[in-house]
Amino acid sequence: MPDLLIELFSEEIPARMQKRAAEDLKRLVTDGLVEAGLTYGGAAGFSTPRRLTLAIEGLLAESPATREERKGPRTDAPEKALEGFLRSTGLSKDQLEARDDKKGQVWFAVIAREGRPASEIIAEVLEAAIRNFPWPKSMRWGAGTLKWVRPLHSVLCILSDEAGASIVDFEIEGIRAGDTTHGHRFMAPDPIRVTGFDDYDAKLKSAFVVLSAEDRAETIWHDATQMAFAQGLDVVEDKGLLAEVAGLVEWPVALMGAIGADFLELPAEVLQTSMKEHQKFFSVKDKQGRITHFVTVANRETADSGATILAGNQKVLSARLADAKFFWENDLRVASVDITSWTDQLANVTFHNKLGSVQERIKRISKLAREIAPLVGADADEAQTAALIAKADLSSEMVYEFPELQGIMGEYYAQKAELSDEIAAVAREHYQPLGPSDDVPSAPLSVAVALADKIDTLTGFWAIDEKPTGSKDPFALRRAALGVIRLVLDGKHRLGLAKLIEAANEIAGPRDGRLADVSDLNGFINDRLKVYLRDKGIRFDVIDAALAMPNADDLTLLVKRAEALQTFLGTEDGENLTQGFKRAHNILKQAEEKDGVEYSYGPDPKLAEGPVEVALFKALDAVEALIARAMKGDDFGAAMAAMATLRGPVDAFFEDVQVNAENAILRRNRLNLLHRISATCLGVADLTRIDG
Amino acid sequence: MAAVERPTSFQEIILRLQAYWAAKGCAILQPYDMEVGAGTFHPATTLRALGSKSWAAAYVQPSRRPTDGRYGENPNRLQHYCQYQVLIKPSPPDLQALYLGSLEAIGIDMALHDIRFVEDDWESPTLGAWGLGWEVWCDGMEVSQFTYFQQVGGHDCKPVSGELTYGLERLAMYVLGVDHVMDMPFNDPSASIALTYGDIFKQTEQEYSRWNFDVADTDVLLQHFKDAEAECARILAAEDIDPKTAKRIVMAHPAYDQCIKASHVFNLLDARGVISVTERQAYIGRVRALAKACADAFVTTEAAGALV
Repeated sequence: MPDLLIELFSEEIPARMQKRAAEDLKRLVTDGLVEAGLTYGGAAGFSTPRRLTLAIEGLLAESPATREERKGPRTDAPEKALEGFLRSTGLSKDQLEARDDKKGQVWFAVIAREGRPASEIIAEVLEAAIRNFPWPKSMRWGAGTLKWVRPLHSVLCILSDEAGASIVDFEIEGIRAGDTTHGHRFMAPDPIRVTGFDDYDAKLKSAFVVLSAEDRAETIWHDATQMAFAQGLDVVEDKGLLAEVAGLVEWPVALMGAIGADFLELPAEVLQTSMKEHQKFFSVKDKQGRITHFVTVANRETADSGATILAGNQKVLSARLADAKFFWENDLRVASVDITSWTDQLANVTFHNKLGSVQERIKRISKLAREIAPLVGADADEAQTAALIAKADLSSEMVYEFPELQGIMGEYYAQKAELSDEIAAVAREHYQPLGPSDDVPSAPLSVAVALADKIDTLTGFWAIDEKPTGSKDPFALRRAALGVIRLVLDGKHRLGLAKLIEAANEIAGPRDGRLADVSDLNGFINDRLKVYLRDKGIRFDVIDAALAMPNADDLTLLVKRAEALQTFLGTEDGENLTQGFKRAHNILKQAEEKDGVEYSYGPDPKLAEGPVEVALFKALDAVEALIARAMKGDDFGAAMAAMATLRGPVDAFFEDVQVNAENAILRRNRLNLLHRISATCLGVADLTRIDG
Repeated sequence: MAAVERPTSFQEIILRLQAYWAAKGCAILQPYDMEVGAGTFHPATTLRALGSKSWAAAYVQPSRRPTDGRYGENPNRLQHYCQYQVLIKPSPPDLQALYLGSLEAIGIDMALHDIRFVEDDWESPTLGAWGLGWEVWCDGMEVSQFTYFQQVGGHDCKPVSGELTYGLERLAMYVLGVDHVMDMPFNDPSASIALTYGDIFKQTEQEYSRWNFDVADTDVLLQHFKDAEAECARILAAEDIDPKTAKRIVMAHPAYDQCIKASHVFNLLDARGVISVTERQAYIGRVRALAKACADAFVTTEAAGALV
């Protein structure tokens, strides 16, 4: 069985698109081949800055012949039905066969397809793959109409077996498939003829092209860490950067250089960000953790072992860092004189056209942070001060240049402004958590401002009706809601979210005449909470049961309740009591419906007949007292443990006692007793919502 | 390949680029005689990228970015600088090789340097234009923008133009090994009257920095903006047929001059700090509307290959 090799050779493909493109090429081509009946043994996709490559092993040399029978309409069916059938089969009426069926004569179509040679199928599939390629952005060039990520120069497409290689007859927009490729743009630009994948891979390597992106990344990382190690240094790991750099070179050559002494005082984050964003350098730190060197990755070897390249890169770095140093020194000057002037400047920056300027938002957050502070153990005045400077760095030159340093610079600048370390840390920490895996701040001041920030965001966008829909969440409101949840739960803070949303509403006032719908926003947060708790192993029905209880917007309380309930349901007593509860509840509901009354009067213990019923009354008295005490201290575990002891008496009651007694007084008393069981349980958890 | 002898001055680099692109068949044009923010604004690029007619032009374009003024102190930031611009339509299949040849022509030895094409998609909100391409790096420094124009003034580019933009000062500083732009030899450093870049531009950088940032009359500028906008619309509203000659004369270029003017006035207002963030978008939108109207007019003309 032959092997297939395809290479699409173009001008430089953006690094961020290469990996996905190699996968897409593999998927589009193999799917197309299989659909046409060409199965294969294995397939692998590769990418470099200038090529997408697909190697397929053990492909069928031709597609198998197929024969398909399709049953059509009855021979006496209306003409319309027959026409539709002919259209769908692509046959004419005289090609159909009439056969006897249970209900009379029916038309049958026999569609036979001849096997086709692989090369013919490949040409069709490849053309479709190229024309429908899902590039994130594609373009035209010259006078042509074909779209590709950058101009496509050549297509290599060969089938090879023991007998040798043959070029697949294929042409797209004037580009005819061949059996040649090119090596490195500068080091080996001449055409290279290849006979199969192994030959191709080996010849590219000797023409200074490493085909596999993983191999290139490995070489870069290996060489960089070795060079650093030799000088007693460490390369700062950055997988994203490594993948990107591997997509910028075909022949990686790592070079290490020193950062000028003038720049070593810059914060590590600034050095790292500037080097990474502008120049795609890796940062290298010394044993004290200071960033002192960099590694750049060139795309070629040179006679001077990279000396010219390294010197050039060092020069560019110095110019960049001189800019950064200029920003840093200017910013420090402003911060030391009056850091709040930066907040005032944010009056000119629109946060959202319906939600005012960033400065207005900061003022709202500071007011809300005051209200939240006592609930999370922070000082209200300090929380207000911290909120007012937390976003000041958005006006700084450094953050203008590197937006990703927001908060980080804020902390440095707040320290320079001689604010306390706790207040300074708020600048960095109030943005957290930035994602599901990001840290959650624990310092009370940071928690207060972080919560105020997120609640203001949510309340604002709810008021102007810009809620997330489907996969669209342009203002990252789901992330904000999850942030609120994690901040509250991680710190075990006791606060009612509804009240805080109301407070945020009050502080902001109506927008376009509207306030945020508190219960709708609470529901949104609860939906995020369900997902969050389910990931932590808490059952959906348990969360629902907990949400149905009062004060469910106190998330810490809610989770405590849910966890206790899940533990309770995991015990034998708990499971059985839940069944007993449901039985009591159902009998009661049926009776109430039938009788048209509510049996909610207290049952009279004097009417209890026999020891089992008496025991249930006694058990209820004892358990209710225990539950009341436990619930007062929010000790759900104890309350549920007490509730679980009802299992024996309740089971025995259903075993021995007839609820629907003939004596109407006894019956009524027993129904009232069931109500008491039900109410006692419902006071602890809404067991009606538990599945099973 | 033999390494080319290194140039010794800023002007030699320009002259070599001119000679190189002339040899490759480009018409060497003169800079446009108006204040523009970048070489792309020259009608030889903006308008000629539209329509079906083939085109090949190269030119130096002095450009102004008032907000980048640093009184001549910053080693590589200037409010007035030069771009070298090449536009070829349709983009030839060997444009990358042609471009690399131009770097060799100015003395960059490909065997010693690391040249890279790094993704950088170009978009000009004021021109309603975008294209895909790269910034070209030489040893980690951006030396050019390389763009395949896809749309200009809201019109699809068919055929597609290939555009090359070289930041001349930065590129020359690198090739000449100069650290501060003002120290760069402008003419032959061994000439009897040797001039540096600073001899020619240091004082003007100071003067314009002061004017741009603090002195330009914002009320007058605001009025200029409105006037240019109104004049552009008035020109384009004129009948296609000129009553005097009885010929069809669509005045796309005079109208486009007003668009250029509005764009530069906007940049000046921006430098004076009188445009808020929200207003910014609105101003950019107004300039874009002018650029689109000019493009709409140009594509109906003979220069765009329209059948008149």
